[in-house]
Amino acid sequence: MSATGEQAQTGVLEVDGLCTDYGPVRAVADVTLSVEPGRVTAVLGANGAGKTTLLRTISCLVPAREGRVRLGERELLGSAVEDVVRRGVAHVPEGRGVIGELTTEENLRLGGLWRGAPAEDLDEVYELLPALRERRRQPASSLSGGERQMLSIGRALVARPSVLLLDEPSLGLAPLISARIMELVRRLANERQLAVLLVEQNARSALAIADRGVVLNLGRVVADADASELADDEDMRQAYLGF
Amino acid sequence: MTRFIDLTLNGISTGTVYAAVALALVLIWRSTRIVNFAQGGMLMFTTFIASAVINSGASYWVGFVVALLSGLVLGALVERLLIRRVAGAPPLNAVIVTLGLLILLEAVAGMIWGNTPRSFPPAFSIRGYDVGGTRVLFAPNDTFIVLVVIGVAALLGALFRGTALGLRMRASAFAPEVARLLGVRVGRMLTVGWALAALVGSLAGVLVAPSVFVGPNQFDPILVFGFTAAVLGGLDSPYGAAVGGVILGLALSYVSGYEGASLVTLAALVILLAVLMVRPGGLFSTTRERRV
Ligand SMILES: Nc1ncnc2c1ncn2[C@@H]1O[C@H](COP(=O)(O)OP(=O)(O)OP(=O)(O)O)[C@@H](O)[C@H]1O
Ligand SMILES: [Mg+2]
Repeated sequence: MSATGEQAQTGVLEVDGLCTDYGPVRAVADVTLSVEPGRVTAVLGANGAGKTTLLRTISCLVPAREGRVRLGERELLGSAVEDVVRRGVAHVPEGRGVIGELTTEENLRLGGLWRGAPAEDLDEVYELLPALRERRRQPASSLSGGERQMLSIGRALVARPSVLLLDEPSLGLAPLISARIMELVRRLANERQLAVLLVEQNARSALAIADRGVVLNLGRVVADADASELADDEDMRQAYLGF
Repeated sequence: MTRFIDLTLNGISTGTVYAAVALALVLIWRSTRIVNFAQGGMLMFTTFIASAVINSGASYWVGFVVALLSGLVLGALVERLLIRRVAGAPPLNAVIVTLGLLILLEAVAGMIWGNTPRSFPPAFSIRGYDVGGTRVLFAPNDTFIVLVVIGVAALLGALFRGTALGLRMRASAFAPEVARLLGVRVGRMLTVGWALAALVGSLAGVLVAPSVFVGPNQFDPILVFGFTAAVLGGLDSPYGAAVGGVILGLALSYVSGYEGASLVTLAALVILLAVLMVRPGGLFSTTRERRV
């Protein structure tokens, strides 16, 4: 099956006045931020701050109460979840979303099915992440945590997105592996002009590679600044970032 | 000894039919976590349609193909019109919907075609093969049953393992939310899944119809047997369903031959209970935890 004919958008991802409720609980409250192509914005904050909900709202998994999310010229909110990737947004969910019952290769192929991606596109991912090639025929459930994270990022890349939403990619990974993932994210933003929204608990390593940092608390943006500025802000670190 | 061989051969033939019903149930369970209690009614209905087609003068094969196609359509309709409405609701809702559909289909079939069971022709001769002067309890029609079920199962396997559609369907079954994020139209995949499952069910219907006759309630035991076979095989595994079907076919054939046909349904229930108590994950379950 080929793509639906509509063009994936490129351009700036703009989140404007976004609010998301779970019943009476406002999980995302009036969030405004933007990410340009080739840039990484880290979204930081404590457990329950609303980071995951922010990403899930952007990819239409939960409905927004108010606000807008635009990619280039196009409004994303109100799309069917299946169409979000067709509009150029790839979401790597919390817990990585690797499908353990499928092989590594099947997981990767799945990422490109919607646009009828040719097999060579997988080779590109294997070149970027050689560890996956060796495990291509193994069930994804047999991969290590780091390999799974690479697989889920690789799978997102097969979709050729212009925006990458990453939900805690370093969760549960050894520091060395986590650092490699962060490097990879930086490289992808630079080399492919991806706009990356990177949700992280690990503020220090996220800010080390990010261009900008946004801190959420109880769903609200409490800081939005250059990453280096944020990393140097003693009060911020004390209050929200924990390093 | 010849009796044992006869019962074994007979068990293999009936077992493949149970395997087909089990496969229909497993395909649905894997993708929607719903036990389709209406499957017995659905295959009854499509077999009635085939019967009507054949009685109107068409050949057996036209009836056969019509049964499979109407299964495909009925399965898709059931998913679109009923199951989709209970998606995400508590599991009991789906149970009630499928049971309600079973009752509805049986009532409607009774209204259209009457409640008296009618005969249904076999595809091939049901006179047992002559082996060295003795007639065994396995006929050309049994060969057909075994081969066509194996053939359909192999085709399904090839579809699931070897095609992009199959990959989408498996992804939708294992991880619907992730599949949607990757652009898979999960709703469509569910419709296709129900259609295929119902096709396999209606195949079982026409295969078993010559021996049970066609009537609104004639296929109720087949559903119980198919469900038992599916549980034997672990509900989640198509291979398990196939093996479970044959094991159950053999067991029930021996019970029927040595202890009497009246005990068959009871035996199936005993086997079902025993498996649920001792190995709820099925005979072939490993220690792997079950996804719930
Ligand atoms: N499905 C849901 N139903 C109701 N409330 C929810 C749901 N998901 C999240 N919440 C609530 O919304 C708030 C934000 O949760 P969210 O998962 O977005 O936080 P988070 O920043 O991603 O946290 P973590 O760092 O633990 O992943 C929390 O108060 C949470 O309890
Ligand atoms: Mg989270």
